[in-house]
Amino acid sequence: MIKVENLTKRYAGQPAIQDLNFEVGQGEIMGFLGPNGAGKTTTMRILASFMPPTSGRATIAGFDVFEQSLQARAHLGYMPEHVPLYSDMRVTEYLDYRAALKGVPHRRVAERVGDVRELCGLKEVEKKLIGTLSKGYRQRVGLADALLHEPDLLILDEPTIGLDPNQIRQVRELIKNLGKQHTILLSTHILPEVEMTCSRVIIIHKGRIEACDTPENLLGKIRQVGGVVLEAKVGPDNGAEELKKISGVRNVIVDADGDWKLFSLRVESGADVREEIFRLATARHWIVRELTQRRATLEDVFVELTHPDTV
Amino acid sequence: MRKFYALLSREVRSYFHSPIAYIVLIFFLLISGVDFYFQVSFMNQRQVQYTVQEAFFNSVFFWFAFVLIFPLITMRLFAEEFKLGTIEPLMTAPVRDWQVVLSKFFGALVFYLILWVPPAFYFIIFQQITGQPAAHSAGAYSGSYLMLLLLGMFYLSIGCFASVLTKNQIIAAVISFCAITLLFFLGLVQFILLDVSSATRDLLGYFSAIEHMGTFSRGVIDTRPIVFYVTMTIVMLALTHRAFQSRKWRL
Ligand SMILES: Nc1ncnc2c1ncn2[C@@H]1O[C@H](COP(=O)(O)OP(=O)(O)O)[C@@H](O)[C@H]1O
Ligand SMILES: [Mg+2]
Repeated sequence: MIKVENLTKRYAGQPAIQDLNFEVGQGEIMGFLGPNGAGKTTTMRILASFMPPTSGRATIAGFDVFEQSLQARAHLGYMPEHVPLYSDMRVTEYLDYRAALKGVPHRRVAERVGDVRELCGLKEVEKKLIGTLSKGYRQRVGLADALLHEPDLLILDEPTIGLDPNQIRQVRELIKNLGKQHTILLSTHILPEVEMTCSRVIIIHKGRIEACDTPENLLGKIRQVGGVVLEAKVGPDNGAEELKKISGVRNVIVDADGDWKLFSLRVESGADVREEIFRLATARHWIVRELTQRRATLEDVFVELTHPDTV
Repeated sequence: MRKFYALLSREVRSYFHSPIAYIVLIFFLLISGVDFYFQVSFMNQRQVQYTVQEAFFNSVFFWFAFVLIFPLITMRLFAEEFKLGTIEPLMTAPVRDWQVVLSKFFGALVFYLILWVPPAFYFIIFQQITGQPAAHSAGAYSGSYLMLLLLGMFYLSIGCFASVLTKNQIIAAVISFCAITLLFFLGLVQFILLDVSSATRDLLGYFSAIEHMGTFSRGVIDTRPIVFYVTMTIVMLALTHRAFQSRKWRL
């Protein structure tokens, strides 16, 4: 559905994305994960034909986003970051207008607008001015708009940003359901989000792709790097100093809670340092109340890939 | 065509959703009402060689209001969409750049023409009450309204261009106000500087909105101003389209 080749975009000489290459296949839910300023919005805007790349190429459903931008846009449902909307229009009025813009046949407009209004839970606000809607509803109007012309592909830029936890859960549920019929590319800087919704993840940092894999595989890779959590009363000892001396430990982070200290250890691939830690603890007379090998999360993948120096 | 119609109808509706539109409407009604009142009472006091309708379209009040309304009508066209970011959903829908440019221009034109409906009733009412015609002929009405349309198109296209250059509505308004005022005074130069060559005078004459309105409101239709204003409008819209496209590279 999406094919991106050597895509580069510079703003006034400053590169925002560099040499991106990736593909998104039919029916995939691809997560686009990266911290703020990584270049997610830039990439998505290029894919949506909002601005041309500095160099490189991208196609949507086989249409070049620059050369054949009209056809490419016709195949795409795009929800921009922060969902800008005309605040002087009413919800249904806006959706009718957008349906006409997107070339939904005249006799199908009422049906399509009704469908997306239902799907996105906009029934109770259909006659309200968009300007008076809460952030959650605005987000849903944006999503409804993206779905109006039954596009093959949805590109959603941070669809859950600024929502409360309940709304986030609803939107995620909605996206998961949409994934049954649509190909989706969604961006986020929230890790559990891709873990929950996506079939594949691209991790982008400073405009470069750092990894592209299924969430499971990324977790598998990192599991070998893994981590160990130790909660202990170390008395007069520093704790972190001693732990760092154990071979295989790469880094220790300390959280103090009164006498109790929580040590998060990053260890090298394949090493299991728990036995060593136990020996150290008994030798130094530390009181231990937790010692576990932590299940790696995408956060670890992320930190590992984007801040290799601190790991 | 349907997309263009959808865009156009949103543009026109959005005028009536914004307070600016009502301010312009009221301001305009007020000025044109005062203009009409003054002309009629002036003519009540002495013998004149012209009709109410001619006087109305050639007065200081008229021109004052006229030059002011264009920046107010056009400043929001593009600038507001840039500012609010609504340009993003708009341009990522499958619409062409020229459809957007033309819908904004014609949307402004429709609103502008609506402004001119109430003054038409002044003349009808005048005729009803006094039993005298407000103009020499139907040609005088169509002449002045044709000139209103032509001048309106030209000045609105200047406003469109100013609005596409910035995301600040005030800046857009100032640019178009300066440009329109400058053009307006360019047409006056020939009355002030008597020693300019006739070629210069002819050239400046093309910009003389006052002179054009003078002739057209007497019912004399000259094709040169028509060609001039239509051409200039097309040129300004082409420039607007160009600038609108180039925004992508400026992003
Ligand atoms: N219009 C712009 N002009 C100049 N720089 C920009 C512009 N938009 C984004 N950038 C820069 O490009 C980089 C990537 O931004 P963006 O794509 O918005 O990241 P993300 O969406 O991942 O947070 C950032 O460093 C940002 O400052
Ligand atoms: Mg972003």
